[in-house]
Amino acid sequence: MLTAKSHKRDASLLIKGGHLIDPAAKINAPMDILLRDGRVAEVALPNKIRGGADEKFDARGLMVAPGFIDVHVHLREPGQSYKETIAFGTAAAAAGGFSSVCTMPNTSPVVDTDEWVAWLKQPQRGALVNVFPMAAATRGSRGSSLTDFAALQRAGAVAVTDDGRPILDDNIMRQALRLGAELNLPVVQHAEDTRLTEHCSMHEGPTSFRLGLRGMPAAAEASIVDRDVILAQQIRESRLHVAHVSTSEALKAVRRGKRAKARVSCEVTPHHFTLIDENVGEYDTLCKMNPPLRSASDREAILVALADGTVDAIATDHAPHAAHEKQVEFDRAAFGITGLETALALAITKLHRAYKIPLLRVVELFTAGPARVFDLRGRGSLAKGNFADVTIFDPQKRWTFEAANSRSRSHNTPFDGWQFTGKVLGTIVGGRVVYRTE
Amino acid sequence: MFHGRRGKSSRLRLALGSILPSAGLAAYDAAFVFFCAMNQPARGSLLDIEHLDSKEILRLLKLARGMNPRKPPPLLRHRRIALLFYEASTRTRSSFEIAAKALGAVTTLVQSSGSSIEKGESLIDTGYTLRAVGADAIVIRHPAAGAPHLMARHLDIPVINAGDGMHEHPSQALLDAFTILRHKKTLEGLQVTIIGDIYHSRVARSNCRLLSRFGAKIMLCGPPELVPQVSATLVPGLRITRHIDEALRGADVIMLLRVQQERLAGKKIHARDYIARYQMTAPRLKLAKRDAIVMHPGPIVRGLEVTSEVVDGSQSVIVDEVRNGVPTRMAILARALGKGK
Repeated sequence: MLTAKSHKRDASLLIKGGHLIDPAAKINAPMDILLRDGRVAEVALPNKIRGGADEKFDARGLMVAPGFIDVHVHLREPGQSYKETIAFGTAAAAAGGFSSVCTMPNTSPVVDTDEWVAWLKQPQRGALVNVFPMAAATRGSRGSSLTDFAALQRAGAVAVTDDGRPILDDNIMRQALRLGAELNLPVVQHAEDTRLTEHCSMHEGPTSFRLGLRGMPAAAEASIVDRDVILAQQIRESRLHVAHVSTSEALKAVRRGKRAKARVSCEVTPHHFTLIDENVGEYDTLCKMNPPLRSASDREAILVALADGTVDAIATDHAPHAAHEKQVEFDRAAFGITGLETALALAITKLHRAYKIPLLRVVELFTAGPARVFDLRGRGSLAKGNFADVTIFDPQKRWTFEAANSRSRSHNTPFDGWQFTGKVLGTIVGGRVVYRTE
Repeated sequence: MFHGRRGKSSRLRLALGSILPSAGLAAYDAAFVFFCAMNQPARGSLLDIEHLDSKEILRLLKLARGMNPRKPPPLLRHRRIALLFYEASTRTRSSFEIAAKALGAVTTLVQSSGSSIEKGESLIDTGYTLRAVGADAIVIRHPAAGAPHLMARHLDIPVINAGDGMHEHPSQALLDAFTILRHKKTLEGLQVTIIGDIYHSRVARSNCRLLSRFGAKIMLCGPPELVPQVSATLVPGLRITRHIDEALRGADVIMLLRVQQERLAGKKIHARDYIARYQMTAPRLKLAKRDAIVMHPGPIVRGLEVTSEVVDGSQSVIVDEVRNGVPTRMAILARALGKGK
């Protein structure tokens, strides 16, 4: 696989004729963009950039945006490369328009040391897009003693989290937020009171009752978010990021925190703004994830929160699993679905076209929002001097997603065969085109 | 589910309408063409009551009435039926086995202990294995809800659900309807009271679906831990009460359910409390109609949900239920293998 090194140092790329949407820079207009040496060299009105470029990207009729950032992916390395690898996963990310992904540490072993963080960033991993590791907040993600946040941060961790295993212990969570505050490091919480969700495989409601499945109550999420927001309000400068919010009550807690000026942020997944618990149908394990698909009213609250600014980022929770881990009894099936290649299509089809959220806001949720959440300096906007990460897409293009053609190593998606409007046509990372299609 | 089509490899495309005029959230789900990747279960499968056609239910009940376990027709001679039991069972297993053998079929029993299931073989692979050794149909009991559905999606032979987790127990609902119709003229308008552990009960789910389909009025009774409010969403017109007296007044049929200690998973139920509030006793039975019948799918825990006096009393049809399991399951098996004319 090509790496940045094989690329000419002074290479330049001119993106010509496109419509730039850069929410952070408050630009929503036709613009040409010149990228040079991995940075944004110039942004100017059409045909105003003088001088040549080594390469041109004809973006006529297309939207040009800062490179998308996914703050929640599982690339399964180290240890579970039969599900996914960094090479496969970042290829899928590129195809989905993501120039940066933040990886979850719940691998085997858990990424809880600076060595593993550094390992994830090595060129040998074959990453096609930028990889920003998150590290475990507690040793082995066992929830009992904190990891060395400072060392992890020095090695490149952008946040700490025990994703999949929430930090239940109040005192540990308080310590994590305190230490995070000292280092300006966000603590990411998978909010689930696992004492209320034992043996559960979907959302608690009429559908789980109909199917005879044990349900996770919405309160299991909200109670943890409530507690965390209260802690974040009390601990000065602490940064709390709530992963994949799925319930209306949890969103209320996030709003409370934001209103109180606490540094609280949250993300929502495409499947939670698209599907509801009824989509589990007759035990479709491709609709089994954690947090589970929720009720229609929860989804409505999510849509409102996406529109009104409560939600900071759309994150996929890309969770690849091998076929044999999904083709089993619903109770035994692995939680999670892949999501990198369908995120923008779902956002445009559902949020923009069906729910009428402006495209500018949709793009913000993929760019400026996530960049702010994890302080990814120089990304999330195409201001001059920033990293030359660009996503080019066609918001009108109709296409059908085929899971069999996915670049991910696993194909566990409920969106196989779905017709979408809106497609990523090009992804540029550090000035280099890593994905391009018609 | 009984299905009219067999083609296993054919994928079914379900067009749920093209783009509807956008009207806010109403159209939010409709603007897609869904691709349904689920394979159809083989014809003759019985997966649940929920998706079973009313006509099929009536046909099965009629077929069951015609079955005489003492003089069985040799409809299934040389056919092979695999009984795949991942969970303990007395009644269901023995009556399926006796029903199959009465019709002349060969049966083989596979249980989780003492089979490759113990070694980690998946459900689907176990199904393929049984298919390969020549099974013509599989009767499956499994602790996981939806297990028969999973198997049916991958096999081209009929799959019969003999109880899946907390989901459904369709053959029990059929034999209960069969039993009720031995004592009552019709299901229409019958006052049916179901008392006990609804939440964990596949029998309750199947029975509610079947009986309400034919016009019975159903009342559920039990503590909130066992009869959560969400139970009312199961079928239209379902009512819930916490008071056994209210539940019993005017009842034609009383179904009792065991408190499933093994499935409680953290929920605390105190036996003494339960007995005081919900135990079926002879004095309480007097609140029901004089000709009310008392049913229980078993296993019975005497002295907990019901007293011996009631179990062995004149209104109890509990033994009839077990007995009726044989002709009902004969009908299900005959139907599964295309002999149910």
